[in-house]
Amino acid sequence: MLVRFFMMLREAGIPVSLGEYLALLEALKARVADTSVDDFYVLARTVLVKDERHYDRYDRVFAEHFRGLEAAFAGPDAAALPEEWLRKLAELTLGPEERARIEAMGGLEKLMEALRERLRDQESRHQGGNKWIGTAGRSPFGAYGYNPEGVRIGQDASRQRRAVKVWDKREFRNLDDTLELGTRNIKLALRRLRRFAREGAAEELDLGGTIDATARNAGWLDLKLVPERHNAIKVLLFLDVGGSMDDHVRVCQELFTAARTEFKHLEYYYFHNFVYETVWKDNRRRHAERIPLLEVMRTYGPDYRLVFVGDATMGPYEIVQAGGSIEHWNEEPGAAWMARLQRAYPRHAWLNPEPEERWEHVSSIGLCRRLLEGRMYPLTLAGIDRATRALNAR
Amino acid sequence: MSNPRFTGTERYVATGDLTMAVNAAVTLGRPLLIKGEPGTGKTQLAEEIALSLGRPLYEWHVKSTTKAQQGLYEYDAVSRLRDSQLGDERVRDISNYIVKGRLWEAFICDEQPVLLIDEIDKADIEFPNDLLRELDRMEFYVYETHELVRALHRPIIVITSNNEKELPDAFLRRCFFHYIRFPDAATMEQIVDVHFPGLKQELLKEALEAFYRLREVPGLKKKPSTSELLDWLKLLLAEDIPPEALRAADGKSAIPPLYGALLKNEQDVHLFEQLLFMNRRAGR
Repeated sequence: MLVRFFMMLREAGIPVSLGEYLALLEALKARVADTSVDDFYVLARTVLVKDERHYDRYDRVFAEHFRGLEAAFAGPDAAALPEEWLRKLAELTLGPEERARIEAMGGLEKLMEALRERLRDQESRHQGGNKWIGTAGRSPFGAYGYNPEGVRIGQDASRQRRAVKVWDKREFRNLDDTLELGTRNIKLALRRLRRFAREGAAEELDLGGTIDATARNAGWLDLKLVPERHNAIKVLLFLDVGGSMDDHVRVCQELFTAARTEFKHLEYYYFHNFVYETVWKDNRRRHAERIPLLEVMRTYGPDYRLVFVGDATMGPYEIVQAGGSIEHWNEEPGAAWMARLQRAYPRHAWLNPEPEERWEHVSSIGLCRRLLEGRMYPLTLAGIDRATRALNAR
Repeated sequence: MSNPRFTGTERYVATGDLTMAVNAAVTLGRPLLIKGEPGTGKTQLAEEIALSLGRPLYEWHVKSTTKAQQGLYEYDAVSRLRDSQLGDERVRDISNYIVKGRLWEAFICDEQPVLLIDEIDKADIEFPNDLLRELDRMEFYVYETHELVRALHRPIIVITSNNEKELPDAFLRRCFFHYIRFPDAATMEQIVDVHFPGLKQELLKEALEAFYRLREVPGLKKKPSTSELLDWLKLLLAEDIPPEALRAADGKSAIPPLYGALLKNEQDVHLFEQLLFMNRRAGR
């Protein structure tokens, strides 16, 4: 029962386990859900999917698996649907010419079919999303008073969202932004960076100190407390994006995911090819929301460790010349900004996803290594290991 | 025994998928992990479940220094040492110095309680892992007194997270999960209606429009959420602001009055004012 659905979820990369599958069967047996497909959709999602970033994938698998199967679910719901649509449509006070246009499209059934077609189309075309259905009155789907966010036809009086259409809308697409990969090795390598320090309020019993103090106190108890140990390491991550870095997206994502879980104080910024006067936090808004590098340096103190991740593969003029940036006119050369960063953060390193053998053949990498005084390491486990040592050195 | 079903309360609007998730978790006795934007009523959910099912509520608020052990019990060695010097008789029995945690209290409650573990992501990475057996078997061992504490009734456990840290897989496997989406305009009207019955329709419409417009402003550090909207409406009512004041002259650029209730940090306010300024200039 539902084995194929389960396997499809796994194939889609949602980490569902046997235990969760059995829990779903148990829930079905306990009649938590009624027999409608909507209830099943919500129930299965609650039991199987443990991360909102996977909701979008779940929606896709669900649509794929249950396409055309809605009718198979017993219950008045599925059978009553078309009439309900029609009734709702009538409520929407269609004008006569609009009704004529529905007829012209071949009736309601045709319209829904076309809509589904369009949604599928859109998936393959681009990431931008569900919006163009219903915009600017050009699509037929906006014209009939459907909500522009999607087909909200099935809405009943209590305004509950009908899941039948929710999964085709793929509302959670935006949340699916990271890759879950085998990051354990990287986490272990990063663990070397841990620096335990006692900071904050004293609330742990200092056993040695207490014994010592009690002895000095001629046997009368004298308690000594110390602050607890915390991982006090602070990391500032600068990530190169776009252009030649596209080949290395996977390994960078692995590193990023690992770093996110490993460090409590982790700040990250993006740059393109080389650092100039501004960096940004959100790649979609990179032109609108740039953050001055000086502000970054003011915000985070020298106790932060600075790690660049980039392939350093570019034209040498992008590093050494004013106006060398390929994206904008930079008043000062990138090298000057790099020098400022190095002064602000004495402990820094550059991780390069390009294989180390190739470094000699790219002049900009050589240039970069000279600027960094050799503190460039390959983005491999061994390389991360070497980098962490360099970052720990005084 | 058929379980009572949760359907939301007068003060709390629960969407269909949320009630389904709660009922599934209650029926199968699994912890329910709740995520969602801040201010969408995650913490309140546990209170409302307890209220609607008529069960006692135990709250365990997690902080960055919280240890899993603290939820079970703590052994107060320091006061025992003190007592030993003062010659107190209590000192002979170690169980006098075992302080019960929230989990223990929930376990020995004589009816099925609701246990809220709030903001679990604030704690150390290992925190959820340390609770695996306790949540699975609903029992733990007290080493000091050689005693096994087992839950009399499997508590209904609600866990909230703000996504500051990734939770370990083994932990997630044991939970049911629900993500509270930001309510759409229709649900939002219901929510407002629950909190301010009889609010002037016109004011509500204008306020909601202004609110959703503000959420669309790109780059806000903290988007205003449901709880901020409710605060803001309270202010609007108190100040008796007419609906016309909320309407934007050109549909976009008017600054909503009392916006301090909606925008919570000075960068956002600054950004918002800049956008307004630019809009006005462009409109001229």
